[in-house]
Amino acid sequence: MGRLSVDLCGLSLDNPVIPASGTFGYGYEFAELYDINLLGTFSFKGTTREPRFGNPTPRIAECTSGMINAVGLQNPGVEKVISQELPRLKACFHKPVMANVSGFSVEEYAYTCAALDREPQVGWLEVNVSCPNVHGGGMSFGTDPKAAAEVTRAVKAVTTKPVILKLSPNVTDIVAIAQACEEAGADGISLINTLLGMRIDLKTKRPVIANTMGGFSGPAIFPVALRMVYQVSRAVKIPVVGMGGVASAEDVIEMMLAGATAVEIGAENLVNPYACRDIIQALPEVMDRYHISTLKEIIGGAH
Amino acid sequence: MKESIFTLIDNLPLAPAIYRMRLQGDTSAITAPGQFVNLQLPHRYLRRPISVCDVSGSTLTLIYKVVGGGTADMAALHPGQPLNLLTGLGNGYDLSRSGDHPLLLGGGVGIPPLFYLARQLLAQGKQVSVILGFNTREEVFLEESFRQLGARVTVTTVDGSYGEKGFVTDHLPPEYSYFYTCGPLPMLRAVDRATATDGEFSFEERMGCGFGACMGCSCKTAAGYKRICKDGPVLRKEEILWDA
Repeated sequence: MGRLSVDLCGLSLDNPVIPASGTFGYGYEFAELYDINLLGTFSFKGTTREPRFGNPTPRIAECTSGMINAVGLQNPGVEKVISQELPRLKACFHKPVMANVSGFSVEEYAYTCAALDREPQVGWLEVNVSCPNVHGGGMSFGTDPKAAAEVTRAVKAVTTKPVILKLSPNVTDIVAIAQACEEAGADGISLINTLLGMRIDLKTKRPVIANTMGGFSGPAIFPVALRMVYQVSRAVKIPVVGMGGVASAEDVIEMMLAGATAVEIGAENLVNPYACRDIIQALPEVMDRYHISTLKEIIGGAH
Repeated sequence: MKESIFTLIDNLPLAPAIYRMRLQGDTSAITAPGQFVNLQLPHRYLRRPISVCDVSGSTLTLIYKVVGGGTADMAALHPGQPLNLLTGLGNGYDLSRSGDHPLLLGGGVGIPPLFYLARQLLAQGKQVSVILGFNTREEVFLEESFRQLGARVTVTTVDGSYGEKGFVTDHLPPEYSYFYTCGPLPMLRAVDRATATDGEFSFEERMGCGFGACMGCSCKTAAGYKRICKDGPVLRKEEILWDA
């Protein structure tokens, strides 16, 4: 095992760096740029039972040190993901992949997770109960401990692989929701999804985003994400995957000190398509600088 | 697609709010006219997608309009400034469909990508007609450059203060083999209605990444969902759903 390796829910990762869902497609756009097998794994584009076009455009707005997106879970539906996207991915990615799943009912979450659980390429299921960009689904399951627990139980009942619940920061008490998921059988928690935000165009005096609001991400949210990773990882025994504004090897280490076992990188992939490769390459030198011999030993080091 | 550092050679106004930027760097990933680059600015999080106006050896020409804070930052950059660019983005225009006498229709800041296209079509021995549309006389740019290339150029202004009065679609030639267009959406809709042949349209959209990863710029087409940045920005007439 190398200096960078970590264990995530019983599966070993060569390093803790994981491109976050929605910023990495199904992988092959980036496989044209670099060998994506150097990643720990990646979380593929949020998948639902039915195909979705998503929201009208504009879906993107810029902010200081960040961006807002309101894509709205555009994806080809689980059937096509399994028949078309996964075979294409297999050609360029030879590690277990994290399957990101979203839904509009408890039954839909269970259906989609069960289907992806049967795919040998899938190593983990990341259940997104935190998408701020769809109505009547997504985040509404992740803002109530009871609903989040209900989704967790339903998914665990029909799957065999580790189930990681991806939580929303748009709540009063994220710890209570994480604990409810843990009690319901979750194998891990990932956080944070985007913060609900908006921008208004001064010329048109209308919201920039067609859907009015969207999810705010990028370096600006890093301190908020770090704080929530710290709080949640102290309150649960299952592993926590930290994300939110991570843009450098230093940020990865800071997230791990806060309690993250692995670290997802989202918006940064969109402005620097080589971000994850660069961060993995930079990690050993940054570890040396701070006298860290292995990443495993620093998880939760700031607790 | 390629990520590399370019150096700003010059950055000069051509017309009110319209600037021409020339950069020196590795242009090898730019394979077709109609493609764009995504330019990283100091102090801005997202890159700025700008269409390629011309490529000659290692010199890249971009013409852009100042429409907000990012493009205002671009206009304030000085020669010598290093800039990180993603180049070779988007599909670009398909030259193989042009026929012998293609028509190029551009409106305002939609005109620049047609310049590199015209140059390549003329190099292939095509008879190229260009119609450049502006609102008024003082906005006119690139007219002389298109003439120097050897294109047949018509300029229209909405107020009639220069060239022909009216819109580009009011002055279509009687015959052309194919068309290529780029401009504001109302103009593109008018071009769709007014043209008699098949053709290609270049679209604009707010983008996240510019290389197909984020689904920020998706649109519905007759050939399924497409990303303006990766499957576009050029779409063929027959696949466009104008009211989707």
